[in-house]
Amino acid sequence: MDFWKRPGSWSVLILILCAGSAVFAFKSDNLREIAFTILLYVTLASSLNIFLGFTGYINFGHIVFFGLGGYTGFYLMSVHGWSIYTASLAGGFIASALATLIGSAILRLRGAYFALATIGINEAARAFVNNFSPFGGSTGLSLNFSVYHQYGGPSKALWTTYGLMLIAAFAVVLISLVIRHSRFGLGLFAIREDEDAALTMGVNAPLYKTLAYVISAFFPAVVGTLFFFKNGNIEPGDAFRLHMSIEVLVMVMLGGQGTVLGPVLGAAAYERLRGLLLTSSALKNLHLLFAGVLLLLIVLFVPEGLVGSLRKRFAKLRKVLE
Amino acid sequence: MILHVEQVTKNFGGLLALADVSFDLPEGWIMGLIGPNGAGKTTLFNILNGVYPPSLGRVIFRGEDITGRSPYLVARSGMARTYQVVRPLSELTVRENAMVGACFGREQHSKSSAKQAADNALAVVGLDDRAEQLAGTLNLSQKKRLEMARAVAARPHLLLLDEVLAGLNPSEVSRMLEIIRCIRDQGITILIIEHVMQAVMNVSEKIIVLESGAVIAEGTPDQVVSNPKVIEAYLGDPEQARLLMA
Repeated sequence: MDFWKRPGSWSVLILILCAGSAVFAFKSDNLREIAFTILLYVTLASSLNIFLGFTGYINFGHIVFFGLGGYTGFYLMSVHGWSIYTASLAGGFIASALATLIGSAILRLRGAYFALATIGINEAARAFVNNFSPFGGSTGLSLNFSVYHQYGGPSKALWTTYGLMLIAAFAVVLISLVIRHSRFGLGLFAIREDEDAALTMGVNAPLYKTLAYVISAFFPAVVGTLFFFKNGNIEPGDAFRLHMSIEVLVMVMLGGQGTVLGPVLGAAAYERLRGLLLTSSALKNLHLLFAGVLLLLIVLFVPEGLVGSLRKRFAKLRKVLE
Repeated sequence: MILHVEQVTKNFGGLLALADVSFDLPEGWIMGLIGPNGAGKTTLFNILNGVYPPSLGRVIFRGEDITGRSPYLVARSGMARTYQVVRPLSELTVRENAMVGACFGREQHSKSSAKQAADNALAVVGLDDRAEQLAGTLNLSQKKRLEMARAVAARPHLLLLDEVLAGLNPSEVSRMLEIIRCIRDQGITILIIEHVMQAVMNVSEKIIVLESGAVIAEGTPDQVVSNPKVIEAYLGDPEQARLLMA
């Protein structure tokens, strides 16, 4: 394995690990909350990138797995008393199983039709959960406060959740790197560049893009469970927010679709900016407008995103930025 | 016979694109497929490599019935093709393009061994010095050679070449013919669609002429050019034909 010969690979992992672990040292709840949100978006953006960035299929409905996985995990915790560890993993696996089904249906579509179908899936899932009584229908579910005791009290539970979030973010970036340098990844890139040519060269495109979709569905479900566990309640409106999906898309595009570092930086940068906009009284209702304008500017002027355009412009950086 | 095409017919709605096309291709040959525009040449390629199934008929490749098999399975069984309109994987490097062929074609290389296979294929077509360049930045002649390299990197049994000479200048054409012969000498059978008549006559052992979806002639280049049907249907005026062949 020539992993250590690629500084671009390990530097991004070390960046996440160091920055993420440093938060523990400060013992500040405020800092932890900021870091939690950034890592949440890093995970969402990086997992979306495994599908969108590597296969070139535009997905507006990535958040559906955050919602479905979050609901599944939350249901297992609140109704069946599962721990956050097993529930978040179960949420991930259920989301991946659903992605296999959904993917085998909608991945036959290409281009704009696929993108539209992903929006439809998200709205359909929201409507379904709204009327699904085991998940509490439109009022959702909430956790009994006592569940936090098994983690040593609410405060410790929050730190545990943060630790799990860090692991999830680390894992998704690690897997992105592994895929990017694998034979599987090469097949995905071939699909992104020209699916018909890829098929002709022997790439099993239907299988490969479904696998990418299934892998990308796992992580939003895990962090969805973590997010709603921390929240203490879940309802359809929070779980299937389409604009959250679009914001994640902006992060991927901002950083550079198809690169590994790009979505990480894009998520961190966009999330900090959004934080500033939300806390400023004059601008707090404008953050979505900001997201829209940003997306427009990226698509018009830097379609490769930050890391992508640096890689394109400076050949030497290609070895360092992944 | 490496390829045996049996009574292949293809309709697109009411349009008959191929009518009862049959031929055999012996192993190690270069066979030319010629015919006027719209004769069904590329449609035949699309049926051979599984882009769409024939309405009727069978395709037997190395003794196996591959009729209607998906293109990626056909590629794995050892049939590679190039496209008339080049389809480079633009944002990947030249080497990575060839590696896709090596990884997913007949030999199913691992990524590390694919690199070697890709470099060998690039050397055959003379693109080895551009391995690190993005494929989108190549010129047309280089892109055509890249298509060949991708196909060759898979070390296929049979290579389908769709107008690889079109749009090339005379020196590029003669270079490409060299490459084609060199590929054949590696033991790869070649079926080539071509409009540059002189070139295809020069390089092929056997030629098939399609017109309006039907085979109207078949034989050595000499037999084909002297066939009155071909001269009339394809080349038009016999006098013109003689000039073309000169």
